[in-house]
Amino acid sequence: MSDFHSPSIAYAALSPILIPGIAATVGVLVDAFVPRAIRWQTQTAVALLGLIGALIAVSVLAGTHTITADTAVAVDGPALFIQGTIAILGIGSILLVSDRSPGLDGGAFVAQAATAPGSQEEREGAASGHAQTEVFPLMMFAITGMMLFPASNDLLLLFVALEVLSLPLYLMCGLARRRRLLSQEAAVKYFLLGAFSSAFFLYGLALLYGYANTVSLAGIQAATVSSGHNDNLLFLGLGLLAVGLLFKVGAAPFQSWIPDVYQGAPTPITAFMAAATKVAAFGALLRVFYVSFGGLGWEWRPIAWAIAILTMVVGSLFAITQTDVKRMLAYSSVAHAGFILIGIIALNKSGLSGSLFYLLTYGLTTIGAFGTLSLIRDPDGEATHLSRWAGLGRRSPVVGSVFALFLLALAGIPLTSGFTGKFAVFSAGVSGGATPLVIVGVVTSAAAAFFYVRVIVMMFFAEPVADGPVVATPGGGTAGAIAIAVAATVLLGIVPQPVLDLANRAVPFYH
Amino acid sequence: MIPILILAIIGGGFAVFSIVAGSLAGPKRFNKAKLESYECGIEPSPQAFRGHRFPVKYYLTAMLFIVFDIEIIFLYPWAVAFNSLGMFGLVEMVLFILAVFVVYAYVWRRGGLEWD
Repeated sequence: MSDFHSPSIAYAALSPILIPGIAATVGVLVDAFVPRAIRWQTQTAVALLGLIGALIAVSVLAGTHTITADTAVAVDGPALFIQGTIAILGIGSILLVSDRSPGLDGGAFVAQAATAPGSQEEREGAASGHAQTEVFPLMMFAITGMMLFPASNDLLLLFVALEVLSLPLYLMCGLARRRRLLSQEAAVKYFLLGAFSSAFFLYGLALLYGYANTVSLAGIQAATVSSGHNDNLLFLGLGLLAVGLLFKVGAAPFQSWIPDVYQGAPTPITAFMAAATKVAAFGALLRVFYVSFGGLGWEWRPIAWAIAILTMVVGSLFAITQTDVKRMLAYSSVAHAGFILIGIIALNKSGLSGSLFYLLTYGLTTIGAFGTLSLIRDPDGEATHLSRWAGLGRRSPVVGSVFALFLLALAGIPLTSGFTGKFAVFSAGVSGGATPLVIVGVVTSAAAAFFYVRVIVMMFFAEPVADGPVVATPGGGTAGAIAIAVAATVLLGIVPQPVLDLANRAVPFYH
Repeated sequence: MIPILILAIIGGGFAVFSIVAGSLAGPKRFNKAKLESYECGIEPSPQAFRGHRFPVKYYLTAMLFIVFDIEIIFLYPWAVAFNSLGMFGLVEMVLFILAVFVVYAYVWRRGGLEWD
């Protein structure tokens, strides 16, 4: 007992993590005490304030690096860059969530999640016009976990952050207003597979602790360069840990949950998962592999190569066969995970900064793409079947062109942010000795461009379908999120240098 | 490694032995109670409680219990090590209890404490 010493905690350095956490707690209180009539607006305001506060905290802290809470948290350049990215993506997602305009059918979320689909109670709940505002605090709790995830400097904290970010996501997946059974199925699938992957992560954590006698990333790194340890424990632990993290990232062969969950979840939540979760998970993956296992590159790279190639190929090829736009975007996110893995495999400074930049561009474009998708509606919800999109660009040139822009950015066409991101990661891959991998990346990008362009051709050159879907007028939230995404996609494509410099200054990791 | 294997073999063997011996030696006299699930709540099939779904009350109570259970689990070690944890421990514990209190306020206001 006497050898206990209180850890010193640099609260200022932790503020990007703490502010969303406080906003989430305030959100719970708002749900408890604020009258129902103004609850939705209050929640939106609290969540946005929390995220803007986090963004300000990140920009104040930029350029500093602090190891705090007994080396458990490292708030360094990459962590801050990722946190800033998550704050921006969080703002976009909250804007999408907050939109309850009549064109969007009163929002994407069910009035009462506890009612059985198709029951009398469900109809009463929908008719009452109420809405559950819990989605805001849930989202803020998830964001708190995501802020902590890439800053975690030891494996235990990494696991806690993983659970904090995952548990609200499992729940939010099941809250869709339309196609509720599909949504609930998605939630259960995600929960079961997520719990399964957490078990892998924990087993890996235990083995690595057995190997290095510490859970701190720097301690594990020190153990890998000294002799006298059991290497079997190291490689088993590393493998299991990687399975847990690659699951969250959605890399093949752990991608099976992605299409189902992305399709079933309410579209704003899908946007949030595809953007922010992937960014946070890659942040943690980058830190673990650069800090702890950077010296072991020769050992894990062959497997990482295989995973990256598989991810890119599976993502691109399966996307071609999809007839549902949401599922197609889901597989495209798998392919993008593969491209970012090249940045991890490069294992050099430009690989790290390239990955950071890629995550920002990919996240913003994804938010915009899913936001636009939620505007194309049939009487019974979103029209996600590809055939329904025929001729959409002719009937609604603005929405069609905006979606086309996002698709071109996802395909990596020059003058969009997607091209700059891909270029940064691929050139880092070449300098990191992964040229064959980059060639695979370019080839699969070309294959992927096929299905993106197919949607564009369909929207602009096909005959409009009779009684086709309605293009809803977005409310302020969705319009704002899409506007941010369009601006970022264009600006980061034409003048990427300031942000690239930011990413370059953010590296390397401190530990 | 060997002790674990032996334990696994003994454990697996015991399970197989018990099931086989029970099915061979045990008398088979069925009644209604024997076909119900053993201490696992309400019969789920063919139809749930009063033709409806399960009442959510039990789950609410269980979840509330977990919240306060966790609080107590945290409070005991803190109370024991209070002196050596000092001011830092006090502040952190107050923050933690505040967070639990927020949960309590939420449950109370949203009717989680009312049985009907």
